[in-house]
Amino acid sequence: MNDAYDGYGFDWSSIPGALPLLAKGLSITFEVTVTAIVVGIIWGTLLAVARLSKSKLLSTAAAGYVNLFRSVPLVMVILWFYLIVPQLLKSVFGEGIADIRLASALCAFALFEAAYYSEIIRAGIQSVSRGQASAALALGLTPGQTMRLVILPQAFRNMLPLLLTQAIILFQDTSLVYVIGLSDFFGTAYKVGDRDGRLVELLLFAGAVYFVFCFSASQIVRHLQRRFVK
Amino acid sequence: MAYNWNWAIFLSETPSGESTYLGWLLTGLQWTVTLSLSAWIIALTVGSLFGVLRTVPNRWLSMLAAAYVETFRNVPLLVQLFLWYFVLPELLPRGMGDAFKQLNPLMQQYIAATLCLGLFTGARVSEQVRSGIGALPRGQRNAALALGLTLPQAYRHVMLPMAFRLVIPPLTSEFLNIFKNSAVATTIGLIELSRQAQQLVDYTAQPYEAFIAVTLMYVMINVTVMFFMRRLEQKVRVPGYLGGNPS
Repeated sequence: MNDAYDGYGFDWSSIPGALPLLAKGLSITFEVTVTAIVVGIIWGTLLAVARLSKSKLLSTAAAGYVNLFRSVPLVMVILWFYLIVPQLLKSVFGEGIADIRLASALCAFALFEAAYYSEIIRAGIQSVSRGQASAALALGLTPGQTMRLVILPQAFRNMLPLLLTQAIILFQDTSLVYVIGLSDFFGTAYKVGDRDGRLVELLLFAGAVYFVFCFSASQIVRHLQRRFVK
Repeated sequence: MAYNWNWAIFLSETPSGESTYLGWLLTGLQWTVTLSLSAWIIALTVGSLFGVLRTVPNRWLSMLAAAYVETFRNVPLLVQLFLWYFVLPELLPRGMGDAFKQLNPLMQQYIAATLCLGLFTGARVSEQVRSGIGALPRGQRNAALALGLTLPQAYRHVMLPMAFRLVIPPLTSEFLNIFKNSAVATTIGLIELSRQAQQLVDYTAQPYEAFIAVTLMYVMINVTVMFFMRRLEQKVRVPGYLGGNPS
């Protein structure tokens, strides 16, 4: 403690040369994020509808799925899929799947996020007043049409800020593919830092990049929230 | 797929001979729980402090609290953990950094993970505390001040006791999150529950049993926490309030 602080000698020079690599990592981060958002919202909507359906079997199954995924750490889910998916792929396509890590990560995130999205969408469906469904049914729409044309559009609109906030969380969480060694943005930054002995700089850089993305995105969400949701 | 299930694997001895594989899992469970609980103490303390600061009538204090929340919410947990573990010791004054690096590795991992999880969750807790205070009718604060309480007294005796009871449900989910998020500590080598799962895969070649057992342990943690938080919620319920969930 008594030593004078002589400072850490920062050296940022390994970052410019690594930018192409980092950009490639970032594209994988976005690939995982976007796939998980799209599949997660579609599958999550189905789960939410199943959970609210009158069929006891469907609603129990959906609730079980959602509760199971929500009680297990994402790290475990990623590891689970890295265990299962390669074997499935092998048995379906035979040997020689190009990128097993990416495939497992995509499955893990899509199925995991669906559980979270389904809870948001379920809240959204429940936020639409009962009269809307009654009116639609009275007008002669089938229950399926009522859900699709009347309830869901309003549910999505009400839940837009939450859906987007979840997307930002998801974007941050994709960094966890580190545990299966997939080189997303963070994984690449770590590898470059490790290779050049410049871990401090690369980790700070990665943190700053995530911050800029997530902070701007959350400002946009806040703005939307003020405009759309009363 | 010919997979040989062998549940008896948990009872067989580990290579070092001093424990069974089940013993490994239980040690992992212990670390997960220790880490999560100590981080939760930090999260509650820091979260309450900054949650209150965001609501006080002082621009600088509330901006400081907002800056804390925005920073810790917009950087991934994994990146934060690496910053605590790899970067901070380098940037500290040399003596402190060296002292940290001379601790045994387990202690280093534990300290870094606890601070990281605690402050990460603290940012979320502070948002909940703030919304709890915001959900109170303004009259409560004014009445307290009119009765001659100072502002700190009004917080301590009137607003916070109410606000905390209102935000128990969202705090419960943060509490659950901290256990799940503690699995991230596996990346810096802390031998907690999910790390033990991976270790068992390496040692026993029985991945499914190991993963299923660990998954069940996480589910058990969840159920236990929910049970106790429900009890707490019922115990401190404010008479006259229905659910007590502000939003």
